[in-house]
Amino acid sequence: MSGLTNPAAIIKGAYSLIVGLGVTIKAFFRPVVTSQYPREVIDISPRFRGHTKLVGDPENPERTLCIVCGMCQKSCPSGAIKKVEGEKKEGEKKKTLTTYILDFTTCSQCGICVEVCPTDALAFSADYNPVGFSREDCRYDLVNEYEQRRAL
Amino acid sequence: MIAQIEQAAAQIAGIVGWETIRIVVGLVGVLVVVLVNALVLTWAERKVSGHIQRRIGPKEVGPFGLLQPIADTIKLLAKELLTPQNVEKPLYLLAPTLIFVPVLVSFIVIPFDSYLQVKDINVGILVILAFSSLSVLSILIAGLGSNNKYSLIGSLRSVAQNIAYEIPLLLSLLAVVLMAGSLSLKDIVEAQKGLWYVVYQPIAFLVFFVASVAETNRTPFDLPEAESELVAGFHTEYSGMRFALFFLAEYTNMFIVSAMITTFFLGGYGGPILPGFVWFFIKTYLLVFVFLWFRWTFPRVRFDQLLNVSWKLLIPLSLLNLLVTGGILKI
Repeated sequence: MSGLTNPAAIIKGAYSLIVGLGVTIKAFFRPVVTSQYPREVIDISPRFRGHTKLVGDPENPERTLCIVCGMCQKSCPSGAIKKVEGEKKEGEKKKTLTTYILDFTTCSQCGICVEVCPTDALAFSADYNPVGFSREDCRYDLVNEYEQRRAL
Repeated sequence: MIAQIEQAAAQIAGIVGWETIRIVVGLVGVLVVVLVNALVLTWAERKVSGHIQRRIGPKEVGPFGLLQPIADTIKLLAKELLTPQNVEKPLYLLAPTLIFVPVLVSFIVIPFDSYLQVKDINVGILVILAFSSLSVLSILIAGLGSNNKYSLIGSLRSVAQNIAYEIPLLLSLLAVVLMAGSLSLKDIVEAQKGLWYVVYQPIAFLVFFVASVAETNRTPFDLPEAESELVAGFHTEYSGMRFALFFLAEYTNMFIVSAMITTFFLGGYGGPILPGFVWFFIKTYLLVFVFLWFRWTFPRVRFDQLLNVSWKLLIPLSLLNLLVTGGILKI
């Protein structure tokens, strides 16, 4: 117990307490850093991985860049991509996507599908709060989702 | 209207005497101050902790979350009063009431203004110190009666701590009493008309401040409730309004201790321009803010450190201070 009988140590300790008080009072007067979530939403970082989404063809927004090659479905390690179907429309060279079912309950956002896509038709969305009451709610039809996004 | 009230008061005074009326009205006023103070402090504690952690704190209920404590009170009132099976029932039920009563009595002698004091007792300091040390007893009863190891450990710590820190508290006050030459709180305030005692007695002020933080069981001396080690310490088994009474007592104790520091060292209700009680509340709440500030700055001390600080540092220091003060006054 040399600490309490040594005046220099006591003064040093008291000084350290005052330094600590200084740190907290500075924080007290600094602006608040939290955002009030339901009322204000922060920008989602571009690297954020939500569920995958389809990317539209810049020349023809009616269709996506997808050519229905099925690479994403084959490469998915969890088998989360349930169905990729398309049809060849009259007068078009490429196949057009009609259904793309993603089972989000098993998707781990590993990004292999995004990487493997030869036409870069897949990307991560910034949708950070997908919710559902049943398993069925978590099966997304990405074609529907693309149409909805386009309509907005 | 006022004339009617005066007439009615005079009639009642004829039967029971003016002194009784004064004390009844004073007690009602004290109760109001106690409850409003507890509401304000719960709000302030959460706001201050929020801003020190760079959050906002409560903001949903009312403007700036000002109605949050009222919502909390309603919640606590509506909660079920659980009585665990194996508690010592008489002790368990007695403790929350017992912690609250001495707190009320301490208020009687506090001079809020030169005319705002329920009763100016000429041994006011003794009254305050005697009754504030009673709260240890109820903490001990709560711990013993709860039949819970955490409660018991918490309350035993509380007893050791309060006994250790009551001595420097008293010794540092003695220096002030020597200077003022009176045990009445009002006389002490009047004696500080020129210069506050914090200037004459900086060591006594520091010792008193540290000891009073320990007496109110606030961080860094919050070992009786140490939530990271003892769940909630002595009030682990209490719920609903019984818990609220402990809570109320803690906040009221904080106010009393701050009011004591204001009275003994910071000139009490003395101050320019503004009316006395405004000065009193400004000083008191600034001190309360320092208490909150401490809580969010300092980590809890270890138990041996806690006792060593009191026995090896504060008590010798305050004794020395008393000796020097006495010597200088005599010469």
